[in-house]
Formats: sequence, structure tokens, C-alpha cells
Amino acid sequence: MTTTSSAEHTRRDFLFVATGAVAAVGTAAVIWPLISQMNPDASTIAAGAPIEVDLAPIAEGQDIKVFWRGKPIYIMNRTKKQIDEARSVPTASLPDPASDQSRVKEGHDQWLVVIGICTHLGCIPIAHEGDYDGFFCPCHGSQYDSSGRVRRGPAPLNLPVPPYAFVSDSKIKIG
Amino acid sequence: MSGPSTYQPTNPALQWIERRLPIIGLIHSSFVAYPTPRNLNYWWTFGGILSFMLGVQIVTGVILAMHYTPHVDMAFNSVESIVRDVNYGWLLRYLHSNGASMFFIAVYIHMLRGLYYGSYKEPREILWILGVIIYLLMMATGFMGYVLPWGQMSFWGATVITNLFSAIPYVGDSIVTLLWGGYSVGNPTLNRFFSLHYLLPFVIAGVVVLHVWALHVAGQNNPAGVEPKTEKDTVPFTPYATIKDGFGMVCFMIFYAWFVFYIPNYLGDPDNYIMANPGVTPAHIVPEWYYLPFYAILRSIPSKLGGVICMFGAILVLAFLPWLDNAKTRSSRYRPIAKQFFWMFVAVCVLLGWLGAQPAEGVYTIASRILTFCYFAYFLIVLPILSRIEKPRTVPNSIADDVLAKYGKKVASAIVALVLAGGLVAGSMQDAKAQEHGGPVPPSLSWSFAGPIGKFDRGALQRGYKVYKEVCSTCHSMNLLHFRNLADEGGPGFSTAQAQAVASDVKVQDGPNDAGDMFDRPGRLADKFPAPFPNEQAARAANGGALPPDLSLIAKARGYDRGFPQFVFDFFKQFQEKGPNYVTALLQGYVDPPPKDFALPAGSYYNTYFPGHAIKMPKPISDDQVTYDDGTPQKVDQYAKDVATFLMWTAEPHLEARKRLGLQVMVFLIIFAGLMYFTKKKVWANAH
Repeated sequence: MTTTSSAEHTRRDFLFVATGAVAAVGTAAVIWPLISQMNPDASTIAAGAPIEVDLAPIAEGQDIKVFWRGKPIYIMNRTKKQIDEARSVPTASLPDPASDQSRVKEGHDQWLVVIGICTHLGCIPIAHEGDYDGFFCPCHGSQYDSSGRVRRGPAPLNLPVPPYAFVSDSKIKIG
Repeated sequence: MSGPSTYQPTNPALQWIERRLPIIGLIHSSFVAYPTPRNLNYWWTFGGILSFMLGVQIVTGVILAMHYTPHVDMAFNSVESIVRDVNYGWLLRYLHSNGASMFFIAVYIHMLRGLYYGSYKEPREILWILGVIIYLLMMATGFMGYVLPWGQMSFWGATVITNLFSAIPYVGDSIVTLLWGGYSVGNPTLNRFFSLHYLLPFVIAGVVVLHVWALHVAGQNNPAGVEPKTEKDTVPFTPYATIKDGFGMVCFMIFYAWFVFYIPNYLGDPDNYIMANPGVTPAHIVPEWYYLPFYAILRSIPSKLGGVICMFGAILVLAFLPWLDNAKTRSSRYRPIAKQFFWMFVAVCVLLGWLGAQPAEGVYTIASRILTFCYFAYFLIVLPILSRIEKPRTVPNSIADDVLAKYGKKVASAIVALVLAGGLVAGSMQDAKAQEHGGPVPPSLSWSFAGPIGKFDRGALQRGYKVYKEVCSTCHSMNLLHFRNLADEGGPGFSTAQAQAVASDVKVQDGPNDAGDMFDRPGRLADKFPAPFPNEQAARAANGGALPPDLSLIAKARGYDRGFPQFVFDFFKQFQEKGPNYVTALLQGYVDPPPKDFALPAGSYYNTYFPGHAIKMPKPISDDQVTYDDGTPQKVDQYAKDVATFLMWTAEPHLEARKRLGLQVMVFLIIFAGLMYFTKKKVWANAH
């Protein structure tokens, strides 16, 4: 080893670094598919396509629950009373301020479409219960009003409105 | 692992841990400072390769279990949905299924290395026996894993192997019922096999720890077979053995990747792409290649119990090897006669493997009996006698002397022999298949998707889809294909809108609706291709009693013999196109009227390429039956080729992605192997 020149040292160091770098790149590349496989597969994604819901059978004051992407969606045909209640509350006083108008589609004011998952920890609130003519979550007592806005309890946010559009007056497309 | 370590970390935090749990010292003494003989050759890298393969199998297996459903009705399709829908699912499945074969290739090399260099001799008897236990566990694990995809070979393999236990007197039948959890192989069997297949690899890992522990107590054997005496005889495990093992591993990965990316079904049986059917046994049952020698021994004995005893005895005899071979000299290098018998033994094993894939009749049975005798004679007669009469050559004084003497290298010839042997065994299954079928072999056509950079011809896929839709789909289902697949990358190249249009043309039953009734609605992208018949009975009733097979996997579920030595070349040429060749030939193989001496059953048609020639499907297509818009000739041969291309895509929808990724992996591994080689040379330059 006494004859080893410094030039050889550099070359050797370079070789070691290069080999180590290529090994690191290879390891990283192997990890990619091992993680990626956990994402939703093609059939799950395909099954998450938009769905159409016929509103005709839902009478005033009634609601239905449909599933989209494994989530329960409440579709509620609100009464005049429920709409008035939702609109008479000063928006600024709410925990998560939002007007009722911003949560329904214009011209279809009686239809409330919300994802029925409590924003606290994911339980399913019960419709037509609680003090606000809306939803009551049995898990930790959160209450939502007839616009799906949180009014009381540990939940921080309003029930989210899923992406949807009216295909006709009595049919919506969710997703 | 050989006692308390003297290693002391300098970092105070590590010192704190080390005083309480000396794990760093354990790792240091086992895998860094551990003295390893300096004359080890590349056959010694297979221990590391085996650890690597165990890791690969556990990681890919745990992931596959996240997506697999162990239920008789769903297992087969869940494996297919892994391959088709899960991100990189095809890669993980092929890594795991071919990984099993790689694991066994490595373990056989590892065992033969131990046999040749006498690694089982004092003081390594327990080390060797632990190895035999690992091997037995591997066989059990491999067998149960093969059952999980629930194909025809899975099911019938499970039936045959579990029935082995019925040979045990008095309690045999009770044991078999216990294994099955029922009156036949069924859902309980599949469930427990899945559970045990998940468990056993961790048991193997545990025994591997003992194996390594025993190894580090006794120290590694080496090609000279003399124990290290001085410091000069050994080098530290790290970096010397680490880098050498690493280089060996990368070379092995290239071999592995060749299978995974280019010939993933080379070692598999086409029948396992047919879902398990308890009512029909495949014409020729062959176990996976790694069991073939033992299968041959089993079949060679004319008594049921005797066969089972001999088969298990063939493995158990290995455990007694340390006491059967008493010779003082370890390495066969210095045992001129033992060395020759060793190679004869290797040949016997290979030939037994080949015979295991042949039909159990005539000359094959006689040859199997002779070779079974030779197998046992090697252990029970040759080795005990040789250890008494053989006069060994002079063994070098020390390992350092051995390194200086530079013993002549015969590695290359041994590798050639092993590769040939492996090829022979691997190909012999296909060999056997064809003898069953007889008849002419479908001509090999040139396919755009063959070879390392093959791609589907989009035009052919679209035309093939048209032929399928207008002709095949009237009788044949396509259960694994969804409308969305038509727009998938690497497929026929439909736009999403086109695929949507195809789907909405089809009525799909859905429901129940609010009134509780089923109703028809237009198809969606997420829907499967609808089947032409509501159930199997309806399909049979409409087709003269025969069931038109589902076509999703047909291009992988059909094969034919390539014969020797063709199948050896197939490995290098990456030939995987038996299915499309067969489909194309079958569609053009109708002969009317049939040959005079052939008695055609009523309701059947004569087909040159159909096994047994009497097919229930009438000639399905004639010239000009399907209109091609792109000016392609509307001839039967063109139709056949197009539809075979389409069926190859439905069977292997990610073929293009597989070959594309394969090329990248190959380039990477070759560069990496080169770097590893030079790094290894640099590191070892200090040791010589």
C-alpha cells in the first residue's frame, strides 16, 4: 500500500461513491412500486365515477342517503320552514360561516346535498334530529342545521357539499 | 453471533444503548469484524443471495396479501385483478411467482456447494441439519403458495400432494380429512393454506437466524476444506465478503429480472391460468420444477406407501449425511473419486427432474427406478464406502497456502453444466405436454409484441376486438375485461369517449331498484364485458353440451410442446407466444371432411391443432365475414392473427409496460453490476 499514489486514491473514492450512489438510486426506485401499490387500484377508481340520482321520489321533508365513493350522501328535500331557518341565521355568528345560498344550487333551493360524515371524527350524523332541524351526530353530540352547517359540538366544520350538478329538474349527477 | 463482542462504539449515545443492549456489537461482530476465509469462491455468495430472496418473497408476499382474497370463488379473479388493476401489481406478482423459482435455484446451488466441499462435516453437522429443515419448510411454503392462485394446477397439485398422506396406514385418511377441513380440497383448505403460507416464511426466517448463528460459531467452510489457522487465512466480513456477496447478488438479480420482465410464464404451467375445476383433472399433472426429482422418485415405486416413504426419505437422508460420509477430507477437490461421484449425483438429480415431468409409463418408469436407486446409493453406499477406501490427495497446509497455489479453476464448466441441467428440467414439462397431445405443432408466427421491446400493433388490436365482438363474443365470455380497459395505455388505443360509447351500447343488468326489481341500464366504463350466457348450464345447452371457455386468459392458458432443445433457446429468445400461435393455428385448423381413418364423434368438428382433434366449436369464421375499414385483407388467416393479438392483450394487458420497465431495469442492473465488479476488485486488491 506504500506505493499508492494520491491519484489512485481519488479514482478509488470516485468508484466507491458512484457505486454507492447507484445502489441508493436503485433502492429508491424499488421502493416506489412498493408504496404505489397501496393507492386505489384501477377498478376502485373506475367505480368512483359520477352517479346519477333521481330526485322525483323524495317528497318534501324527506331525505335519502346514497353512496358515492363509499361515502354516504344525504339528499334532503327541505321544507319551507327549514329553508327559512337556515337563511335567517346571521352567517357571521356561525362556527364555520357560510350562507345557505352558497351551499345549494340556485333555483333548487329546497335541495340540500351534503356528505353525511361528521367533520369531527367521521361518524354518520342522524337526519332530522337535534335542535336545528338538521343533523345530530350520536358519537360526540355535534349538531348541524338544515343547511348542514355545524352549530354546536366538537365538529369544526360544516358538512361538505360534494361536487354535483342538476342534469334536469328532478335528476342530479354527483361527482 | 459467536460470543460477547469487544466492540465499543465511540459515540456516547451509542455507548448508552450498547451498555443496555449490545446490539451494535452483535451486528459488528457478526457482519463486520467476523473473520471469513479469504479463499471463498463465488459459490459461497449463494447464502447471501438466499437471504436476499427470502426478503424479496416476504416483502412481495405481504403486499400481495393486501390484495388477495382467499376464497374459492374469488381467489383466481383476485389474483388477476392484482395483475390487471393494482398499481405495479403485475410486477409484484411476477416477482413473487418467479421469486419462488429463483429461491429454489439458489438453494439447490447452495446445497450442492455444501455437498461438494463437505460443508456438513464436523463441526458443522447442526448447521447442515438446520439447512435441511429450512429446505423442507421452503418446499411446504412453495407448495402452499402455488395453491393460492386457485388455478387448475393449484387445485390438482393440492389434491395430489395432500393425498400423499393417505398412504399412512390406519390414520392416513383421517390426516387427509384434517388437512382438507372437509371431504375434499375446498374453501377451508384454501383458507388454511393461505394462513400457513403467510406464517411459514417467518418460521424460515427464524431458522435462518439459527443457521447463521451455527455458521458463525463453527466458522465458514472454504474450498480447501481446512480450518483457518492464522490471521493471514481470513479477511474481515466487511468489506470483503459484503462486496463480493453484493456483486453476486446483483448478477443474480439480472438473471431474476430476465424471468420477471421477459419470460414471466416460462416456468409456469398454462393450465394454472384456468380456474380450478374440481370436476376436470388436467391431462398431465406436473408439479413445479423444483419438486420434479422427488415426484419422479414417488412415481417410480409401485407401492403407494413405499413411494411416499421413498420421496420423504430422499429428503431426510440429507440430514444423516454428516454420519454417512466419514471421510476426514472435506473438500471434493482433494477427493478424486468422490468428485466424480458428485457430478454423477448431480446428473442423476437432473435426470430424475426430467423424468418427473414425463408420463409415468414404459421406459420412463424403468429409468426412474434405476435413477432412484442411484440417488439413494450415492448416500447409502457410495459415500460410506468411499470414506473408507478413498485415498485423498494432499490437502494444503493452510488457506493462505491454498490462495497462493491458485488451484485450477473449473468453475466455468460447472456453470455450463448447471445451466444446461436447469434448462433441461425447466423445459421438460412442456416436453411432456406435447407427447400427450400429439399432432402437429402450431407454426411460430412473428408477433409485434414478441421480444424485449415488443409492442402491440394497435391496428391489429382494434381489428381483433372487432372480430371478437362480432364473432367470438356470441358464445365466449370475457369476464376479466372491463370497458375501461379499452382506453388503457398499452391497449387497443380507444379514447375514453369511444370506450364509453362501446359500453353504453350494451345493456347491463343492475338493481334491485326501490321496487326491488332488477333493471337494465346502459353499460358504464367500470362494467365488465357482459357474458353471452347467464350461467354455465345455459352456455352448455346452447353449445351441444360443451362449455365455450372464457377468453380473457386463453392466450396464456394454452400451450404446446416446444421440444428439446428448442425450449432452451426459448429462454434466451424470450419466447412467450405459444398461446397466440395456438389460437391462430386453431382458427385455421379445420379440416372438412376429416381424415378417413378418424372416427369423429357426432356434433364435433375435426381440427388439426385441437388436442384430440374433435372440437365442439364449428369453424367460427370464414373469409369476408367481418368487415375491416382499414383495407386489411378480410381473410381467415388475417382474422385469426388479429384476434390472437387481441387475446394476447386481454391475457397480458400490461405487456408493454412490463417490457418497457424491463429494459430500464436491465440497463440499470448491468451498469450496477459493472460498478460492483470494479469496486469488488479495488477492495480485494488490498487482500492479495
